[in-house]
Amino acid sequence: MPFITAGDPDLDFTADVLKQLDACGCPLCELGIPYSDPIADGPVIQASYTRALERKTHLADIFEMTRRIAPTLAMPIVSMVSYAIVFRRGIASFVAEARAAGIAGAIVPDLPVEEAGPMAQICKQEDFGLIQLVAPTTPRERAIRIARSSTGFLYYVSVAGITGERTRLPADLAENVAWLRSRTSLPICIGFGISQPEHVRQLAPVADGLIVGSAIVRRIARADQEPRDRVLADVTDYVRGLLDALKS
Amino acid sequence: MTESMIHAGMQTGQVPDAMGRFGPYGGRYVPETLVAALDQLETEYRSAVEDSLFRATLDELLRDFVGRPSPLYHAKRLSQHGGGAQIWLKREDLNHTGAHKINNTLGQALLTLRMGKSRVIAETGAGQHGVATATACAHFGLSCVVYMGEEDVRRQAPNVFNMKLMGAEVRPVTTGSRTLRDAINEAMRDWMSSVESTHYILGSVVGPHPFPMIVRDFQAVIGREARQQCLARLGRLPDAVVACVGGGSNAAGMFSAFIADGQVELVGVEAGGRSQQPGDHSASLSYGSPGVLHGSFSYVMQDEDGQTGQVHSLSAGLDYPGVGPEHSFWKDAGRVQYQPCSDAAALEAFDLVARSEGILSALETAHALAHAIQLAASRPKDQIILVCLSGRGDKDAAEIARLRQAAT
Repeated sequence: MPFITAGDPDLDFTADVLKQLDACGCPLCELGIPYSDPIADGPVIQASYTRALERKTHLADIFEMTRRIAPTLAMPIVSMVSYAIVFRRGIASFVAEARAAGIAGAIVPDLPVEEAGPMAQICKQEDFGLIQLVAPTTPRERAIRIARSSTGFLYYVSVAGITGERTRLPADLAENVAWLRSRTSLPICIGFGISQPEHVRQLAPVADGLIVGSAIVRRIARADQEPRDRVLADVTDYVRGLLDALKS
Repeated sequence: MTESMIHAGMQTGQVPDAMGRFGPYGGRYVPETLVAALDQLETEYRSAVEDSLFRATLDELLRDFVGRPSPLYHAKRLSQHGGGAQIWLKREDLNHTGAHKINNTLGQALLTLRMGKSRVIAETGAGQHGVATATACAHFGLSCVVYMGEEDVRRQAPNVFNMKLMGAEVRPVTTGSRTLRDAINEAMRDWMSSVESTHYILGSVVGPHPFPMIVRDFQAVIGREARQQCLARLGRLPDAVVACVGGGSNAAGMFSAFIADGQVELVGVEAGGRSQQPGDHSASLSYGSPGVLHGSFSYVMQDEDGQTGQVHSLSAGLDYPGVGPEHSFWKDAGRVQYQPCSDAAALEAFDLVARSEGILSALETAHALAHAIQLAASRPKDQIILVCLSGRGDKDAAEIARLRQAAT
């Protein structure tokens, strides 16, 4: 499951990348809504948000793009969006607009379960996914509570830290996910740090999905200087390599 | 000093509630990774304030290491200059390290030890909180990393040097506006990865719960002392109390003691910068709107999509697009009036106080002084205006010289 930033370097290219990822057979795509102060993100995704915002990528333009593209794709699009943006729009308006724009749900990384009540209620009424996160620092009882209030899938954060490629993942990751699996019927997707086919082979048996962000965003970042066809081909090769590792 | 300093701070009104809410404001909008650490901090804090040994340790440090109580000083020549109300200054500039920030960092450093953590991170704008954190860490033997925007590293160079002298590592932040807001982002990101071993000593009444409550309570010593000093020296409460507001920690500490005294007028002074245009000031209560920034719901400068707006102030400590949630609560409740003060008016007040009183105030504090001088001039001579002189201005001398040179 790829993550890409909307509007990096522009929304036309984002649309092209979405089509290509769909053609590769990705089961779902996370679309990052650029935000000025993303505290959970490492340098690669931060920089992509900065580039998108410098190009004046507005929420309305992002929705306009997905409204056009989403009906042509087999894979659902889920937005990754700060609560600052959701609140500013108004929760009900955000959900209604996103849904009308063909977006299936939202991951709101700065909305912990205690604060999620009002948004969860609206999402439920609108049949819009609100994917919640469990971190390595989450106590087990709390993880069960989060799993109960999440819809669509459960996002398991692989490492205590920010987004970004890592060579090694925690040794107890598979074990922790397996425990969580025994407590919820929701699909569990793992994200943060995953970038190599080896990671995919290692985690595929325990996860329903693996989220890869920075490694793809870093490749897309070159679209500013290099021919876009070449960048698109590079992203495709990289994603295909990971999907192959998933099947092996 | 018979009464414990923090315990009384816990009784400041009924806020926040169990969810960290000051009315609708506050809360905890952070990544899940940080929630356990915030829960641990809150639990540890609540047990610490009930622990007489913790309170006695902090009280002793504030007395012998910081030099509390800080004096209440009658600025006679400044008052005469305006010809109106009497201006009294609560001299937080005379604390060890030259500002109110040390009140909070010693308290939080003690909490760090209680939590069994050995590493501290902090953000700083003007550098006063960075210096106060480096000082507390040197005192207790904790390792210390301070994040500071590159622009602030430049304009507050003396404080950077002081932090390093005390063994802290200063990491310049080169993202975004390279000021306080970005320093907080980087400190939060560090904390995401280091949360098991590290405590984040946040320097203002901002951020996710329980920080706005803890920082206010540790700073409440300012207001508590000042209120007692007014009663003892003047036989009555002041008519008005004025403090500058960036994130708002000195103001929260000062105001908290007077909130229940309905007859005392409370005024928070924000950085009005160059103009009222977005991007030219840092006055989020005066010109902003409710939104989410750095884990808290409060007034913030933002665009129509909820992206944080650019801000400006010549004072690094006020150059911040948000404000503590309790200030938003006080504003909406009408208990505190918030006013902007321009860069130029702050500089003018800095000069006037330097020449009439022999006090170099911090540029942040000069905003409060400017408003107090104006207010005093419009009031009768028997009125009393209390100003929180939150910090000293040595750190700003070079920057003021540079601004003067650029202007000529």
